[in-house]
Amino acid sequence: MQLGFLVDLHLCMGCKGCEIACKVENEVPLSTWRLRVKYVDVGTFPDTKRTFTPLRCNHCENAPCERICPVSALHYLENGIVNIDKERCIGCAGCVMACPYGAIYIDPQTQTADKCTYCAHRVASSMMPACVVACPVQANIFGDLDDATSNISKYIQVNQGNIQVRKPEKGTNPHHFYVNAGNSTLNPLASKRVDGYSLFNKITTLPVGGHH
Amino acid sequence: MAAHEILAATNAVVTLDVALPGIVWPWLVTVNMWAKSIGTGVIFMLFLLIRKYPEQVGSLRFQTTVVSIIFIHIFLLFTLAYLHQPFRMWHIFFYPNWTSAITVGAWMATLFVGLLFLLAYLSFFKKDNVLFDKTLLWTVLLAIPVTLYTAALMSQATARELWQMPTESAQMIFAALLAGSAFMILLGGKKLNYEAKSSLSNILALSAFMSFLLYMSEYIFGPMKAEEVAAVLEYIKGDGPYTVMFWLGQWIAYLLPMLFIALSRTSQSENLLKLAAIFALAGLWLVKHVWLIIPQLLPMS
Repeated sequence: MQLGFLVDLHLCMGCKGCEIACKVENEVPLSTWRLRVKYVDVGTFPDTKRTFTPLRCNHCENAPCERICPVSALHYLENGIVNIDKERCIGCAGCVMACPYGAIYIDPQTQTADKCTYCAHRVASSMMPACVVACPVQANIFGDLDDATSNISKYIQVNQGNIQVRKPEKGTNPHHFYVNAGNSTLNPLASKRVDGYSLFNKITTLPVGGHH
Repeated sequence: MAAHEILAATNAVVTLDVALPGIVWPWLVTVNMWAKSIGTGVIFMLFLLIRKYPEQVGSLRFQTTVVSIIFIHIFLLFTLAYLHQPFRMWHIFFYPNWTSAITVGAWMATLFVGLLFLLAYLSFFKKDNVLFDKTLLWTVLLAIPVTLYTAALMSQATARELWQMPTESAQMIFAALLAGSAFMILLGGKKLNYEAKSSLSNILALSAFMSFLLYMSEYIFGPMKAEEVAAVLEYIKGDGPYTVMFWLGQWIAYLLPMLFIALSRTSQSENLLKLAAIFALAGLWLVKHVWLIIPQLLPMS
């Protein structure tokens, strides 16, 4: 079994229900996110469009975070999930530096690395991840990539040629796919970040470890 | 921010992204690398001096060992300081993940410290120079991977395209040679004659030149290879937030020491050599810091 995720960006309407469900389910502290939805506005007025891209850990088959972790706090589960043992983590932040997707953060409460685990604790109880349950339009599709009859496998088959992963050049083989994505949604360098253009301009972040 | 081309046709603007905090490896990691360069570099230089100028080394055996012990412990202290859970450091020894450069480095550094204390014992208590010199050979051999492992770690940080293994490993070795020769010029005092110091200054100048060459190669040609590198280097170009620090570092660490050493050749001035050494040691911190920070400024999402 190799669990994977797929997000159909054509369906996603940016409600952030998944983000909130994740926060609640995993008690993610203020100023940190295991899952977040990025908004990118594309086009020139009046021909503009807002795109929504949920971003979470990609649970890579060749995970740089697992490789760099000195104590195997980040480890693979048999079902393909890249899990984290917060009790073992020494907080070196090597994984934060290694993850090409910016999906790992230092939890300001526990001072250890943290990230999306595809809700491994729920999966172990045969439940869907919280974000999947919360999504009102079923844009999040979760399942076994090894099973050709699973929803995710069928979705991939139907949308052949329209499936993307983030930063494929990194060779990480993500188990997280996007349908109907584009360069401006998946490539962080393909869109501008202009001061004052954010919907929330006064986002504050808590200090991590008090080092900077 | 800048550098990369945003297609005018798409005119894509991020209007909401709560990006996670950028700088996770702060100045503490710079001190870590800087101190390690000195700690390993002086051992390289001691080995060279024993081979080339055995009659002048004398008490430098013990003094250099003490300097190395001090700086390796600064390196270890700052390694602990930047950990968010420093009291779990022992996990590295009890739950080691051998694919991680951090694990391999920690074990090698521990062994290196053990050898340094053995050298201190041999030079201070036993006063056995023959055994000291034999042990020093093994210490030098271990000092090479100890100084290089940070390059492997930076290479494993796959999110940061700027840090590539071949260049970083060369930079680490040159940093150790530069820092070691600079510190030894200062430590040598009256024990080393001008000829010995001149040899050390040759190493300093050559290391500075090679390091400068590598940085300039990255600066000019890096952006031609990778979009991320181009974007990162914008932070040290034009009005970039780290432009001044980058060039200050290049001048203080490399260009001015090279100039001072060249001038010392004509005047036989030891003071100019000392000035070059002080500049090199101070500047090394700056160049290391800039190179550590700028890739962390790039948004990953």
